[in-house]
Amino acid sequence: MLFDRPRAVNVDLQTDATLQVDISDALSERDKVKFTVHTKSTLPNFKQNEFSVVRQHEEFIWLHDSFVENEEYAGYIIPPAPPRPDFDASREKLQKLGEGEGSMTKEEFTKMKQELEAEYLAIFKKTVAMHEVFLCRVAAHPVLRKDMNFHVFLEYNQDLSVRGKNKREKMEDFFKNVVKSADGVLVAGVKDVDDFFEHEKTFLLEYHNRVKDASSKSDRMIRSHKSAADDINRIASTLYTLGTQDSTDVCKFFLKVSELFEKTRKIEARVAADEDLKLADLLKYYLRESQAAKDLLYRRGRALVDYENANKALDKARAKNKDVLQAETSQQVCCQKFEKISESAKQELIDFKTRRVAAFRKNLVELAELELKHAKGNLQLLQSCVGVLKGDT
Amino acid sequence: MAAEMEPPPLGDAGQTDFREIEDGEGFFVSTVTILESPEPSSPDPPSMPAEGISTNGPKQEDISLDDDPEDLFAEATEEVSLDSPEREPILSDGPSPAITPVTPTAMLTPRMGLGTAEMFERSLDEVSSWVKLTSMTIFSKNETTVRRRFSDFLGLHSKLASRYLHIGYIVPPAPEKSIVGMTKVKVGKEDLSSAEFVEKRRSALERYLMRTVKHPILLKDPDVMMFLESSELPRAVSTQALSGAGILRMVNKAADAVNKMTIKMNESDAWFEEKHQQFENLDLQLRKLHASVECLVCHRKELSVNTASFAKSAAMLGNSEDHTALSRALSQLAEVEEKIDQLHQDQAYADFYLFSELLGDYVRLITAVKGVFDHRMKTWSKWQDTQLLLQKKREAESKLQFANKPDKLQQAQDEIKELEGKVQQGEKDFELISKTIRKEVSRFEKERVKDFKVVIIKYLESLVQTQQQLIKYWEAFLPEAKAIA
Repeated sequence: MLFDRPRAVNVDLQTDATLQVDISDALSERDKVKFTVHTKSTLPNFKQNEFSVVRQHEEFIWLHDSFVENEEYAGYIIPPAPPRPDFDASREKLQKLGEGEGSMTKEEFTKMKQELEAEYLAIFKKTVAMHEVFLCRVAAHPVLRKDMNFHVFLEYNQDLSVRGKNKREKMEDFFKNVVKSADGVLVAGVKDVDDFFEHEKTFLLEYHNRVKDASSKSDRMIRSHKSAADDINRIASTLYTLGTQDSTDVCKFFLKVSELFEKTRKIEARVAADEDLKLADLLKYYLRESQAAKDLLYRRGRALVDYENANKALDKARAKNKDVLQAETSQQVCCQKFEKISESAKQELIDFKTRRVAAFRKNLVELAELELKHAKGNLQLLQSCVGVLKGDT
Repeated sequence: MAAEMEPPPLGDAGQTDFREIEDGEGFFVSTVTILESPEPSSPDPPSMPAEGISTNGPKQEDISLDDDPEDLFAEATEEVSLDSPEREPILSDGPSPAITPVTPTAMLTPRMGLGTAEMFERSLDEVSSWVKLTSMTIFSKNETTVRRRFSDFLGLHSKLASRYLHIGYIVPPAPEKSIVGMTKVKVGKEDLSSAEFVEKRRSALERYLMRTVKHPILLKDPDVMMFLESSELPRAVSTQALSGAGILRMVNKAADAVNKMTIKMNESDAWFEEKHQQFENLDLQLRKLHASVECLVCHRKELSVNTASFAKSAAMLGNSEDHTALSRALSQLAEVEEKIDQLHQDQAYADFYLFSELLGDYVRLITAVKGVFDHRMKTWSKWQDTQLLLQKKREAESKLQFANKPDKLQQAQDEIKELEGKVQQGEKDFELISKTIRKEVSRFEKERVKDFKVVIIKYLESLVQTQQQLIKYWEAFLPEAKAIA
């Protein structure tokens, strides 16, 4: 399915000519989506300057997980994985519509079908955007962009044979997460000497929770908005029928208002869609990013605990004068690891803030501008209709 | 023939007074001032100032009384008293359909307000809800205030219905009883839903009364006069839902429904056939529309609640954001959303009180119209039955001619004479009801057109206002968002 869309970026990214990645096309098949990942690069690592491969969602997840599991990247905020494409709700609605075709008029059916198709398309565009943002984040990161797996992902034009996790692996993941959160609590309890990190820890914890809340509340608000727009749609249809049936003067009113509501409800639907894009998606994205930042802090915290434990072990060894060398090496390793993570983490967190502020600014400005545009459009339609109707009485 | 008078700019012009009810009794308090003004053909045409509406007292015009009550010229004002600092009864003047005169003569524009109040129990079986009507009698210029219970309204309707429906007059239906709603208020639940219920009922009673007094025939009815003027009304007991009279009503309704199905009328008049079909179609579509608008009201209320909830959440997020400018912008966003939630709530009120209630009223009105058509069918049926009976008696009489039974013959001839009279009456009744219905339908349609036109414009204007506010809010927010550095 070829389509033209502007880059939906929730993140303000520097793109430079050395490596540019985008998703140039996407195809929605029965239960999967095939993304065409298009790369333009001047880097010597690649065989060509411009090439494309087809990837599916699982392969994105594989790439993300490979970053997470790589110890070298412990000190970076790993760009959050894109969510799984979910067309179930939309598909279900289309199916229900097909079943109920007999119970509504042809116009109603065509209208609703168009609605649902537009909805499907919107979800589709969103999922493409989210997968693209992930790749762009990786491409923009000074270290991650050099990752071997990333290059394979971009270039290898065969199937990566990445199968989804089987049941056992999923169970393992589940337990790993349980352990991690328990550990996380322990680690979080350790007070950090460094003010910067201590502040970041407190900040991120609270921020993450509040973004989560705001995200779900914004979703609910937008859903109500869509419902109201749907109601106006139905009202417009019934008014039209009334207008055609009525033999009195008021039929003009019904027809004019029906026409008006057809137009205003399209605008209302657009308002809901834009709010979704600029507000809800923004919040969802920063929910995931703040989680990734939290994960970084956890890893650093973990390294700190390891370092402190190694120190204690070294002291003990020196006191007993037993396995001192071993303890010393171990302590050095831990120290290096900790310091490495701390150094890059600081920069990552500062960048995170910069990105966040820029993204919010961009989206809030665009949100306000779109709301204004739609309200003005609505107003004009309403006022002109009122003018016509008042002139008629 | 008097030209159509310019209607007074009612509605928005009036002020609503808010008075505390001192005596601590809770009841609906509303004042309806019905002023009289001379008919247009009089030498000093009244100016109908808008300001006069909200105050009390008649104007400087002379009262010239006419024998024909259809020339009654009236203008009403309202005062609303509120006990609690609730939201104003929104659009207390809005939904009133009687903004413009039907004919040059009868112009009644009462705007009654029923204040919210605590209900108090007057008697164990009924909660008093009093409506204070200030009415001016035809003969005096004084303003009188009367108190009416909800059941009084129902009683009035019941009397009017029994008197006028079967001869073809479209009697406006009264608002429905709501056991759930009343119980909540009775129990003293001081929450938003009981306040809304009181307001909904007040508004419905106002519209009901308006439609009734706008009807030139009904206005003349002594019960209506008494309702508007006399200080004490006999309690209308038979309006209780579960009373004996109530049960009887239900039984009669069921019987009617069955009878309707068995009457097969030879419609000779195409007009009636056409109109009947039209009203059927109108009924169907209005019900559908009403249901959709009710959905819209519901979703808009939901939207308001969800927006408020999001606003709080955004404020929290702004608090925890450690970049100063962004934090401030998020707080501003929260404020904007809070204002918008109020906007949605207001719009939902407009959706309801302007649009939804009008549709509900008309769905019920059309039921009354269909009832009137049914009565015509019944009248026809009665006439036909009498005719058949006459025929049978004539046949019997001709048979008796040959039998030698002079007594029986005389009796038969007497009966025939009586029946002939009845048949004539039946035909007259049928023609009368047909004529009345034609007039009524024509008046009804005119009213309907006017009502819908007025309400549609008002509703659209409410939508305009909402959009204008939205623009204001977002325009104020935009620089804040841009200021994030």
